[in-house]
Amino acid sequence: MSGSVRIRNLSRGFGARIVLDRLDLDLAPGEHVALLGRSGSGKTTLLRTLAGLDPVPDDAEIQLPRPLAMVFQEPRLLPWKPVWQNVALGLEGADIRARAERALREVGLAGHLDAWPATLSGGEAQRVALARALVREPGLLLLDEPFAALDALTRLRMHALVADLWRVHAPTTLIVTHDVDEAILLADRAVVLEGGRIVADIVIDLDHPRRHGDPGFAALRQRLLARLGVVEG
Amino acid sequence: MPPSPPAPRGARRRALRRYVSPLLLIALWQAAAMAGLISPRTLAAPSAIMAAAWDLSVTGALPYHLLVSLARVAAGLAIGLGTGTGLGLVAGLSRNGEDAVDAPLQMLRTLPFLGLVPLFILWFGIGETPKIALIALGTTFPIYLNLFAGIRGVDRRLVEAAQVFGLDRRGQIRHVILPGALPSALVGLRYAVGVGLLSLVVAEQINADAGIGFLINDARDFLRTDVIVVCLLVYALLGLVADALVRGLERRALRGRPTLLAGSAV
Repeated sequence: MSGSVRIRNLSRGFGARIVLDRLDLDLAPGEHVALLGRSGSGKTTLLRTLAGLDPVPDDAEIQLPRPLAMVFQEPRLLPWKPVWQNVALGLEGADIRARAERALREVGLAGHLDAWPATLSGGEAQRVALARALVREPGLLLLDEPFAALDALTRLRMHALVADLWRVHAPTTLIVTHDVDEAILLADRAVVLEGGRIVADIVIDLDHPRRHGDPGFAALRQRLLARLGVVEG
Repeated sequence: MPPSPPAPRGARRRALRRYVSPLLLIALWQAAAMAGLISPRTLAAPSAIMAAAWDLSVTGALPYHLLVSLARVAAGLAIGLGTGTGLGLVAGLSRNGEDAVDAPLQMLRTLPFLGLVPLFILWFGIGETPKIALIALGTTFPIYLNLFAGIRGVDRRLVEAAQVFGLDRRGQIRHVILPGALPSALVGLRYAVGVGLLSLVVAEQINADAGIGFLINDARDFLRTDVIVVCLLVYALLGLVADALVRGLERRALRGRPTLLAGSAV
């Protein structure tokens, strides 16, 4: 079905180390799935493989909705292009600037069209990166710890922004995160990866908008942390 | 209102003070020449040098020879720039290109290229060709080395981002790799301009019948130390002007990139 992600038998290794071990994963159209796991659990390799940055092994089967867009942990803006040209990178056709402007307005940066990336704060730069991803109306949005490098306040604002944007755009989304709270706040499902395999697949059926104090939040948090090997006293 | 700090005036006074000792030295030099302590054959007096500069300018000799020299360095630099850029692109953008181009160039680079003058005279005679060839050779290396290093130093993560957003190899080169290599390439250009002028000075010692170097050789035959000093000053001025031009080019080309050297704005 269009809009859905289907991954079968995906294995990857570097030398003797197995990073992904015959991994199967499905995402329904428009579903937002958080991918959790300790460092070295294969999260980033999975995302890079889906993004086409790492090769797909012959015996694996991968179906992805297109186009695909990604937000990295760092903004990765080209410092020699003004903001709107960064957003429009790789776009073709007429009125590219108008499309970039619309996307920037959505992330609250309409006034920064002609600014240079170096003049932006960390949060602003990451919002530009988000606009760059959304401007192409992606069928699949890959987020690789997109808010990990931001301060706590900015991160909270970004969570609200992403939740807002999901109401307008409905890409199937895979978000890699270290942050259990982030996963519970944003995702429909949390998948825990360990040793290259999925060890937990937990549906998060809380109502939106979600808050830390919601009933059920703490219980989910405990469950996920336990799966990640953290026991809270 | 707080009292204005005395720093600006102090700084200006200090800047003015820096001119005192050079001016004093020139005055001493002038006095020594007038007292007959320095023979004009050894070194002409500053007044004689200024007079010579005036003479050479109004007779049109200096502008003529300056143009000849400028044309030489421009021709050599253009060839060096073309060759260095071409080779730098080939080696920087493909592994095969690097294997083919980089090793021989790194070997040639270790040759003191100014020492090639005798060979160049044997190969190219004593006309314009060996002079331009020497300048071209000298300027090729800094352009090549800096462009190559610049291309290879482009942030891999930016190239990946461009790849994810659908840019093919051509688009990646155009939008990411070449702009990313530009600052380094411009450093190479600045180096090349300096090397080009140095090569010009050496090349013009080869039996030139025109150019600043010819003026110097001619003046030597007639013991005109004043003309020699004028020519040396012209060389120095050329260097300053060329450097200022390239810096201006850099500022224009790199606008919007304040953190570029730190490379932290990714």
